[in-house]
Amino acid sequence: MTNIHHLTSYQLDILKEIGNIGSGNAATALSKLLDCRVDMKVPAVRLLSFDDTMEMVGGPDEIIVSVFLRIQGEAPGSMFFVLSPYQAELFVQQITGNSDLSFKGPPYDEIALSALHEIGNILSGSYLSALSDFTSINMQPSVPDLHIDMAGAILTQGLMEISRESDFAIIIDTTINDQDSDNETIEGHFFLLPDPESFEKIFTALGLDDQ
Amino acid sequence: MNERNHVLKVGIADLKIAKSTEVLRTSGLGSCVGIVIYDLSMKLAGMVHVMLPDSTLSKRESFNALKYADTAIAILYNSLLDNGARKCFLKAKIAGGAQMFSFSSNSDMLSIGNRNVEAVLSLLKQYKIPLISSDVGGNSGRTIEFYPESGILKIKTVNLGVFEI
Repeated sequence: MTNIHHLTSYQLDILKEIGNIGSGNAATALSKLLDCRVDMKVPAVRLLSFDDTMEMVGGPDEIIVSVFLRIQGEAPGSMFFVLSPYQAELFVQQITGNSDLSFKGPPYDEIALSALHEIGNILSGSYLSALSDFTSINMQPSVPDLHIDMAGAILTQGLMEISRESDFAIIIDTTINDQDSDNETIEGHFFLLPDPESFEKIFTALGLDDQ
Repeated sequence: MNERNHVLKVGIADLKIAKSTEVLRTSGLGSCVGIVIYDLSMKLAGMVHVMLPDSTLSKRESFNALKYADTAIAILYNSLLDNGARKCFLKAKIAGGAQMFSFSSNSDMLSIGNRNVEAVLSLLKQYKIPLISSDVGGNSGRTIEFYPESGILKIKTVNLGVFEI
């Protein structure tokens, strides 16, 4: 069993590379969708306590927009695409060309929700398919679920499986943002949280034998 | 919500005990359940934020007991008695246990909200602690604050704002 508290720097590099490949593919998809340049930041792999996981997006009370999906198959895990409500608003406005759409408060506009759901679907789907191709691990995403709620309430869903094993989670965090100079930049986070049993599968699939 | 009094923050799988004008707060409850047990006559209260219904779910021998409803309630109960609370005056209020995600999945971890609430209710019965009020289920997150002085539990959700139970 891979101990997530004692990952070697080589193992960490592999997890970073996974974030790179996944979000690189998602960035390409987003670039086509928005028809503009999309940049991504160097992925970060973090070992965080559950409380610190919430701090990553501004604390458990922070309202976030998130597309969540469970990964099933050989290497189960959870995946989130997270935006702030303001960022989500810019995103949806750019894609639909309708600048009246807003996420300021409920009830939310159906079109805006639907557009956002679809964007989340496309981006997380392209992230996962790249990951699945790269590792040759069979990964089936669930139907994605869109939520606008407190970060604590949303992110703990991804920690449930992990919490049976540990009080810490490994989070592969990648950020993509569009670089359209006319508009404000849109920044979105991908969080990949492999279940504890998946690390070994991932490392083995990539030719790294677990000692 | 409250900014004036001294607020004790209860993290995930965490326990805090508060007296008189202090306030207990836990933020962003989804499928997790916030359990408050209090002795109003002593103005004494304790809050735990539990993630899972039963410690038998743990895949490890040693685990954080405050993560599971059964072990967390036992610790909460005992620390209240240690702080001078009287058994027959203990009452409870709970909130949380939402069903955050709608999709069906093989993983029953996703319907954990209901299971958490059921476990908490049966445990309170076991300890003979009357449940005064609760706000459970639904599909949105909650931030809760408990006031040991008045026995009021304030609940904030994104859609409904702040209300008291």
